[in-house]
Amino acid sequence: MSTFKVVHYINQFYAGVGGEEHADYKPELRDGPVGPGAAFTAAFGDKAKIIKTIVCGDSYFNENPDEAKKTLIDMIRDCGADLFIAGPAFNAGRYGVACGTICAAVSEQLGIPVLTGMFEENPGAEMFKDKLHIIATGSSATGMRTAVPKMAALGLKLAAGESVGASIEEGYLPGGARVNFFEKERGSKRAVDMLLKKLAGAPFVTEYPMPDFDRVAPNPAVLDITKATVALVTSGGIVPKGNPDRIESSSASRYGEYDITGVNDLTAETYETAHGGYDPVYANQDADRVLPVDIMRAFEKEGKIGKLYNKFYTTVGNGTSTKSSKHFAKEFAKKLKDDNVQVVILTST
Amino acid sequence: MVKEIERAGIPVVHICTVTPISMTVGANRIVPAVAIPHPLGNPALSADEEKALRRKILTTALEAACTEVDGQTIFEVK
Repeated sequence: MSTFKVVHYINQFYAGVGGEEHADYKPELRDGPVGPGAAFTAAFGDKAKIIKTIVCGDSYFNENPDEAKKTLIDMIRDCGADLFIAGPAFNAGRYGVACGTICAAVSEQLGIPVLTGMFEENPGAEMFKDKLHIIATGSSATGMRTAVPKMAALGLKLAAGESVGASIEEGYLPGGARVNFFEKERGSKRAVDMLLKKLAGAPFVTEYPMPDFDRVAPNPAVLDITKATVALVTSGGIVPKGNPDRIESSSASRYGEYDITGVNDLTAETYETAHGGYDPVYANQDADRVLPVDIMRAFEKEGKIGKLYNKFYTTVGNGTSTKSSKHFAKEFAKKLKDDNVQVVILTST
Repeated sequence: MVKEIERAGIPVVHICTVTPISMTVGANRIVPAVAIPHPLGNPALSADEEKALRRKILTTALEAACTEVDGQTIFEVK
């Protein structure tokens, strides 16, 4: 049996280039495995080999998706790969979107089997799980050890053109395609087992999950913005200098509510970002670049808006769970509503 | 967070750089931003130019808030 040739895509962080300050790193083709490629090499044994690794900064990819895609496709085209693997990206949002985007492009334009891995809450998972195989991973790099063997196993199947089993067997995120397989127990027994667990209050897994259509219909437009109170909210982590409430730089467990009465401009001396998922230099120089208090104050003075709400709400949207974010916003949205705020401008990094 | 604010009955405009993520999350009024580490600014510009850019994006956001939409809509900054 011949050894499959694999091309592996990773971001600047996993390549050891650097963190957020290097997130604008342009695509680079390297020989052999790099970073997590070593774990894949071990898992593949002699069945497959990483011949090339592509390194690309997360911000570069997401800010220039068309250019990045084109450059990467050109790099991959000449590699003669039997399989393309990206990540795993865990819960890193931009990395996940990059992995999904490039996998979809490689599959579509080059016809090479593709595979990636990410945490189910990664925005890239929602965007691409119905288009490609995404192995379900933990939320952080500590899940590497369990993710790699699953990715390697499915990767080998894809490279060999073997049929792929159901998501529950292979460990990928369900993408909506149905795959038939034989259960060990007959249906009546499984149903009774599930019922007994449910009655006992024990956890059980449904075999027929309801689709999750969590969409909220848009509210009507504001009738007169010149009389409306407008509030600013951000997931970009802007906080008063010193981060008084110690909002975590990632996986935030709390949000901040800060009074901006009389504040006309955010300065390097007074505000900063607590966010650990993007290069903080620009936000720390001038936090208005993320939370635009200066222009909103100007709008207020010019009568373009009624007034700027005297508080802003902020958290760090970096690996923060959907559940926490939902809880934060539910709590402060009620306050905004009670205070008759008519428009919210929410900024994200 | 966008969805919970919208659910509470307040129209919300989401200003963000990676608009496909905003679409996936379920924002209804979306305004594209400049870059991930400085969505409403650009350190390469002079202070005045940067303010003018921020004003333009926020003007689009206010227009978005005043526009009826029946589904997810991206408002390009003019």
